[in-house]
Amino acid sequence: MTAPLVTDPPEGVTGQGFYLTSLEKAVALARKNSIWPLPFATSCCGIEFMATMASHYDFARFGSERPSFSPRQADLLMVMGTVAKKLGPILKQVYCQMAEPRWVMAVGACASSGGIFDTYSVLQGIDQVIPVDVYVPGCPPRPEQIIDGLMSVQSLVGTESLRRRHSDAYTQLLKGYGID
Amino acid sequence: MALTNSPHPSDTLSPTPFGTAVCDDVSQRFGVVAQHLQYGHWCLEVGPTTYYAVMQDLKHTHGFTMLTDLCGVHHAEGEATLAVVAQVHHLPERTRLFVTVRLAVTETEPVPVVDSLVPLFPSANWMERETYDFFGIQFAGHPNLKRILNEDDMAYFPLRKEYPLEDQSRTDKDDRMFGR
Repeated sequence: MTAPLVTDPPEGVTGQGFYLTSLEKAVALARKNSIWPLPFATSCCGIEFMATMASHYDFARFGSERPSFSPRQADLLMVMGTVAKKLGPILKQVYCQMAEPRWVMAVGACASSGGIFDTYSVLQGIDQVIPVDVYVPGCPPRPEQIIDGLMSVQSLVGTESLRRRHSDAYTQLLKGYGID
Repeated sequence: MALTNSPHPSDTLSPTPFGTAVCDDVSQRFGVVAQHLQYGHWCLEVGPTTYYAVMQDLKHTHGFTMLTDLCGVHHAEGEATLAVVAQVHHLPERTRLFVTVRLAVTETEPVPVVDSLVPLFPSANWMERETYDFFGIQFAGHPNLKRILNEDDMAYFPLRKEYPLEDQSRTDKDDRMFGR
């Protein structure tokens, strides 16, 4: 009986006792299976995240064993819940404190677009203050949807060029948000 | 449809004899614009010039030592549409009293001003700041009249009826899809 594969190996050359692939693919494989998320939970989507994190749905099996409650050691910022306009600069500061490479996931209708709170005090989607990689719809999304969002982040991380963060396009993107 | 002041079922609740006596005394000595019963409590409407004197009298002469609430209202009809409502409580007599002052916004007097109650009731401090924040009512004599809940750089007063509830500055939402 063969042992089940934890993950599909990237493209490479294999033979007896060795396996060759490019450094980029090896790094991508490591990165995508060890994403440390930073939960930024403000409301009901945060409760769904707690269910996602707990043993029943077990977020950890995707390599996110350690939710990081410090932005310095986090790879993925998960924004879950309504973000008031006053909270916008704080969210941006948290994002700026994360080290590159960093990814952002907007969980739920409020974080993605302001949701039902089309009003003067609520930020109409966190992409007004920080760039977002993956949006998870739902009000609130079920844990399955959050896991689906995480797997989308994984596929982004796994296919991202190692040089992307040094590209002009990326610098321009950040500049568009006023982040140096 | 015209707004009417039809009697609420709870209007039939009877006020305390103490409350009625205080009301009669205040209206005799200061003169009130209007006076009616609501939920078994007397509501006095006074002019902006007598507002502070009435509140001072209620506290020091009649013993209404507790300011339970203070808020703003923007009425749909009438000449003086903005209002400040203060609610005081007499603890030994278990009597509440509402004091309203109506303020007009005109071309010549665009900023509504009313006396601050902070010298009488320190608890009025944050409540008057909130009223200023949402209705733009100035409180003369307030020690620190600045926004308390909304962002500091907000350029308008969101609960005034001339401003729509939805954020007008955003460009990301298509009105046809968001039912506006």
